[in-house]
Amino acid sequence: MHRPDLAIAAHDGQALPTDTCPADSPLAVRGLTVSYGEKPAVFSVDATFPARAMSAIIGPNGAGKSTFLKAALGVVPRLSGEVRVFGTPIEKARDRIAYVPQRASVDWDFPATVLDVVQMGLYRRVGLLGRMSGRMRALALDCLGRVGMADFAHRQIGQLSGGQQQRVFLARALAQDADLYLLDEPFAGVDAATERAIIDVLKGLRDAGKSVVAVHHDLSTVRGYFDHAFLINVRRMAEGPVETAFTAETLHATYGGRLATTQIDEVMLSGGAA
Amino acid sequence: MGAEFVQFSLTPILIGMFAAIACALPGNFLILRRQALIGDAISHVVLPGIVVAFLLTGTVAAIPMMIGAAAAAIVAVILIEAVRRLGRIEPGAAMGVVFTTLFAAGVLLLEQSDTSAVHLDVEHALMGNLESLIWLRATGWESLLDPAALAALPPELGRMAVVCALIVALTAIFWRWLKIATFDEGFAQALGIPAAGLGFGLVVTAAIAAVAAFDAVGSIIVIAMFICPPAAARLMTNRLEVQVLWSVAFAALSAVLGYVLAGYGPLWFGAANAVSAAGMIATVSGVILGLACLYAPHRARIGAAREDA
Repeated sequence: MHRPDLAIAAHDGQALPTDTCPADSPLAVRGLTVSYGEKPAVFSVDATFPARAMSAIIGPNGAGKSTFLKAALGVVPRLSGEVRVFGTPIEKARDRIAYVPQRASVDWDFPATVLDVVQMGLYRRVGLLGRMSGRMRALALDCLGRVGMADFAHRQIGQLSGGQQQRVFLARALAQDADLYLLDEPFAGVDAATERAIIDVLKGLRDAGKSVVAVHHDLSTVRGYFDHAFLINVRRMAEGPVETAFTAETLHATYGGRLATTQIDEVMLSGGAA
Repeated sequence: MGAEFVQFSLTPILIGMFAAIACALPGNFLILRRQALIGDAISHVVLPGIVVAFLLTGTVAAIPMMIGAAAAAIVAVILIEAVRRLGRIEPGAAMGVVFTTLFAAGVLLLEQSDTSAVHLDVEHALMGNLESLIWLRATGWESLLDPAALAALPPELGRMAVVCALIVALTAIFWRWLKIATFDEGFAQALGIPAAGLGFGLVVTAAIAAVAAFDAVGSIIVIAMFICPPAAARLMTNRLEVQVLWSVAFAALSAVLGYVLAGYGPLWFGAANAVSAAGMIATVSGVILGLACLYAPHRARIGAAREDA
């Protein structure tokens, strides 16, 4: 079904809409529509995220950023549309995806230790009934070390700060040892040190050839953190390299009246030097 | 602790323990999923289903009871949706109205129908008939090796043991799925775990436990065992594995202590008659939860203020 000529045309970062998903993109969607009620939350969206890059999903509150990510993963049902992960249906690519949901989406009073949560990321390798071997446990501890949380392995998760909880979620994603990392607002409500630690880990993943796609809220850090921007407000508003897709015009179009012109100017100035 | 114990106390205690454990195991996950009241709801809804199944078939066999309970659950779901949408009533209230109404309808049906031939009446529905599940053929511990005596064991014992074993096995097999999906459903789905089906399976499992236990011990124990042992166990530990073991221990302790206290407790205080074993078992489980709230090591976590968020 894949037409190589169109796939190549779509891969140069201009993200020309094509009628099929390019096979070399870690995550590509065509005509994705999601609806919770009568009004669609995401309407007929095309997106092609580049490989070996950090991509941001940007848009105002209620624009469908998180819904877009969840629908691409199959966590919420889609009304229509096609999703391809590394050119295959997502069911065949689950081992290649790591997912970090919003921190606030779970109950942190759940009776589990930090190590318990990280070991959940090993599920695809251990299976339903497989034994959690010493080697697997060591792997989980190693992932905790990479986010600077090795000393907290046996803490109950409810005793952690917000930033520490977010690091545990990232460690769980690292334990999945994926090629594509999908994160839902990884910097929401975390301290500056944690934000630094997380972005270092994510950039390290990219430099190791992995692909990162994150729902991102803070417009001032887009230019410093990301290579590729995808702007959404129910519909796709802009997509491409940050330099061309994340501009005053596209922000105006995406945020409408919700973002004053002066704020957009600030964003454009603040991120430019990073 | 001789022949009399084997004859009159052993089988009711075992049946009570199996029923308590069968309900407590799924209760752990229902509570963590904030669905604790589903257990309560199920035990209410099954009553009219069981009564109708009895009226149609004339027996209290397990399969028709199960089908009747399942049909009642489906009717309940449809009614809840109807009340919620047509009456524009919030879901919690809609559930409460439907469950109570169905239970009341079950009681009325039960009163009007001729169930004198079987152990099915209003008191039985609430309290079960634990005290009557005795092993008259037993002459002492040696009867455990006597095939003739074993054949005369109350059938409820075998039924409850099988259901309890089934639920233990399901919990063990699906442990990893239950743990991941209960903590983080979205993550579980992203891993390819069928979280929706698992949640449905959990409710079905709870319903099987409720129907089986209902027959032997009545709905009061079912309601108490879904909630009290797991809630008390949560206060004892911060690890799910340990919590589930504690909940089994508390369920078993409630059954044994409750039965003994119901049988002998009133006599110690000079009363003439024993009290309902089911009522006492449920009361003991409540007392255990109360003590856990006051003295358990990890009670501070429950309802503690969230850090930032």
